[in-house]
Amino acid sequence: MALAGARSPGQATLALAIALFLAVFLLVPVATVVYVAFTDKGGGALTLVNFLDFVRTDLFVRSFWNSVYVSAMTVAWASALALPLAYLTTRFEFRGAMLVQTLGFLPLVMPPFVGAVAMQLLFGRNGSVNLLLDEWFDFKIGFMEGLNGVIFLQAIHYFPFILVNLSAALRNIDRAMEEAAQNLGSHGLRLFRRIALPLALPGYVAGSSLVFVKVFDDVATPLLLNVKEMLAPQAYLRITSIGIDDPMGYVISVVLIAIAVATMWASARALKGRDYATTQRGGGGLVRRRLKPRESALAYAVVILILALVLAPHVGLLLLSFATVWSFSPLPDGYTLAHYARVLSDSSVYIKNTLLYSSLAAGIDVAVGGTIAYLVLRTRLPGRQWLDWAASTALAVPGVVLGIGYLRAFYGVKLPDGTPLAALWIVIVLAIAIRRLPYALRAAYAALQQISVSLEEAAENLGATKARTVRRVVVPLMTGGLLAGFVTSFATAAVELSAVLILVQSNSDAPLAYGLYVLMQTPAGRGAGAALGVIAVLIVAICMGLAQLAADRSQRARGLDI
Amino acid sequence: MSKAAGIEIAGVNLSYGSTQVLKNVDLSIHPGEFFAFLGPSGCGKTTLLRLIAGFAQARTGRVLLDGQDVAPLPPWKRDVGMVFQSYALWPHMTVARNVAFGLEERCLPRAEIDRRVAGALDLVGLAAYADRRPAQLSGGQQQRVAVARTIAIEPKVLLLDEPLSNLDARMRVSVRRELRSLQQRLGLTTIFVTHDQEEANTICDRIAVMDAGVIQQVGTPMELYESPANLFVAGFLGSANILDDRAGVAVPAGKRLVFRPQHATLTAAEGAAMRGTVANREFLGATVRYAVRVGESEILVDAPFRSGGELRGVGDRVGIALPPERMLFLPA
Repeated sequence: MALAGARSPGQATLALAIALFLAVFLLVPVATVVYVAFTDKGGGALTLVNFLDFVRTDLFVRSFWNSVYVSAMTVAWASALALPLAYLTTRFEFRGAMLVQTLGFLPLVMPPFVGAVAMQLLFGRNGSVNLLLDEWFDFKIGFMEGLNGVIFLQAIHYFPFILVNLSAALRNIDRAMEEAAQNLGSHGLRLFRRIALPLALPGYVAGSSLVFVKVFDDVATPLLLNVKEMLAPQAYLRITSIGIDDPMGYVISVVLIAIAVATMWASARALKGRDYATTQRGGGGLVRRRLKPRESALAYAVVILILALVLAPHVGLLLLSFATVWSFSPLPDGYTLAHYARVLSDSSVYIKNTLLYSSLAAGIDVAVGGTIAYLVLRTRLPGRQWLDWAASTALAVPGVVLGIGYLRAFYGVKLPDGTPLAALWIVIVLAIAIRRLPYALRAAYAALQQISVSLEEAAENLGATKARTVRRVVVPLMTGGLLAGFVTSFATAAVELSAVLILVQSNSDAPLAYGLYVLMQTPAGRGAGAALGVIAVLIVAICMGLAQLAADRSQRARGLDI
Repeated sequence: MSKAAGIEIAGVNLSYGSTQVLKNVDLSIHPGEFFAFLGPSGCGKTTLLRLIAGFAQARTGRVLLDGQDVAPLPPWKRDVGMVFQSYALWPHMTVARNVAFGLEERCLPRAEIDRRVAGALDLVGLAAYADRRPAQLSGGQQQRVAVARTIAIEPKVLLLDEPLSNLDARMRVSVRRELRSLQQRLGLTTIFVTHDQEEANTICDRIAVMDAGVIQQVGTPMELYESPANLFVAGFLGSANILDDRAGVAVPAGKRLVFRPQHATLTAAEGAAMRGTVANREFLGATVRYAVRVGESEILVDAPFRSGGELRGVGDRVGIALPPERMLFLPA
């Protein structure tokens, strides 16, 4: 792929600039966190005493096991939701399949913390569902009691990650694999269990490890459900209530990173030698079975039930945003537009900040991601691969850890007027940008890989310099892909919270997700918080639609070009 | 081993959407026979095989296996062993587990399963590879595992879907001999799908030549070669000259003259019924193939090659002689 003699001073400068950016805003903060965790609070000598304290503190040990339990149970419940849906849509003729595929986008549109309070009102001890159950059948279900609430909420939010990965894997299985089993006497669920599922295992493991890490790192959802005894919330609470000198926040951060790395390592290891995709011919796909009327009715019932669960946070949020009072009743007492009026007048600064921060962060991501992709795929710069690896390590760094790292690393850096660097709003933008960078980088790779090198060689052959080739050929051709990457980064940045939670110093600098979190904590603020949530969901949904449009467009344009 | 079963196919029509894939297929395959479905790609041969295995549904007609109509039986109750073109070995199981699969589905006792797995692997000469993964085997070995996996269930018939197409040319010759000798030892009714006439000719007892969803002719390899029923079969099996009456020989209306290159000989141009100019000459080893331009058409003539023998050159005027008993007149 690399072009001969593609080394130039300009590229080296670019590479150095990006290396510097990654070092300052990703590696140094994370290294600081790790360093502080291993140093003595008073003296500064290297020590393990902080970890000893961690292990000796009941609260932390309990929180650790609670986090492990919640993450594992979330994976289990998410699997229970995803497996039947994946089986149904890939192996049967089922009209609801489109509906099920759409579910894949929902967790991207709204992260779990946004709907937490609304779900409390729908499924809590005195929520709509339990009030009705109590009235009709005289019993209640503890959906939202303690850790169960976190598991319930996370599972219905994150199961699509498993569903999407598993369905893709199931669809990629050479159909002869299953026909051979049928030919030898196997069928139905047994066939699924013995042949299809093991072959789709890589997809399943990829999806579930992602879910495990996301749940383990989530700060806001447990806190909004008033669950404090989990690890990520503890890190946040230590830093915000005791201060940035307390070593425990750092120790917990190191544990969070270790768990994320260990999970990814374990899933990679479990799949070693099991990536069957290359041995399969794909295509074709199994002849799908037609459902009998009774089976079809059952399938629809399952899908509708799951869909209802998935949409519950959205519906609850919408109701809450229009509700006058909603308490101890299945539905709000009355409806009003007052919350929206309040949000648009008082809290419009949140919306303004979000639009500003997200577009800046997405812009940084596309520029940095695009440059790294170009350097890696199209040049022979020594060490270019390190840029990719460095940027990708962000995947293993939980938001709360990055926030703590920024705080610690940049608080000492004073601007000329005496304010610490960490208090500037631009730091929030950088944190968000670093968090989304790995995803933008993948999008840039994909966009660049679809451009044949010969197009660039042709430009150079006709006399264009490297820089002019990039500007006149590469960038225009990548526009569609980069635009899609920009919009996706923008949308997910708009609801990024865990790093923001730590870095926001004043309300005037806070983005929407932060405002939502603060408002949701008081019963009086809930309505306004929900209104903000609805606005956030709308912003994200519109962006996702635009991203899809941009991707389709560039697909079509390429189709015409070639 | 179970007694070999015969297959009767009667009046089968099958369509995918609006394209008709099989048209009025009638076929009778004898017990213990090594039978081939031969035809170009898209002729419906694989579909016919999949119909027997239960992976396709006919619109009309019947498939009888051992006298029993199999239409109501799903694939997993048919007891017809199929070896897939891609072998479809499950990568997450060892060779032994692959072979044991069908026996486990039949809920046989463990000891019986172990015995039959060992027996099947022995039969294909892979006993030493039982604990390997399919990815660790060569293409030829994978193919033998696929065969072992299928015969382990002692099926009524064995279906082979282009089993040699994923092997290199050298392997093909030895593997096809192995398949033939295995089939002979087991006495198993076997259907072999291929687009390669040489494969079909060398190992099959009888062949059904198919084109465009229609069975063109059924017969032994020699019958098909010697007396093709129509132009398609004549042209598909071996080389054939197919001429109308413009070449100098009287051809009845609506018919074409068909003959093999080796049945004609080159003579002096004078007095010959067919006269032309040598347009091309190919040396094939045992024979020399001349392409002679006669009027509008080009006729192939094979002459045996003898060192020191006389050769014609490009541009020579020649005549072509053809014994009347070698002339076939087939409907156009």
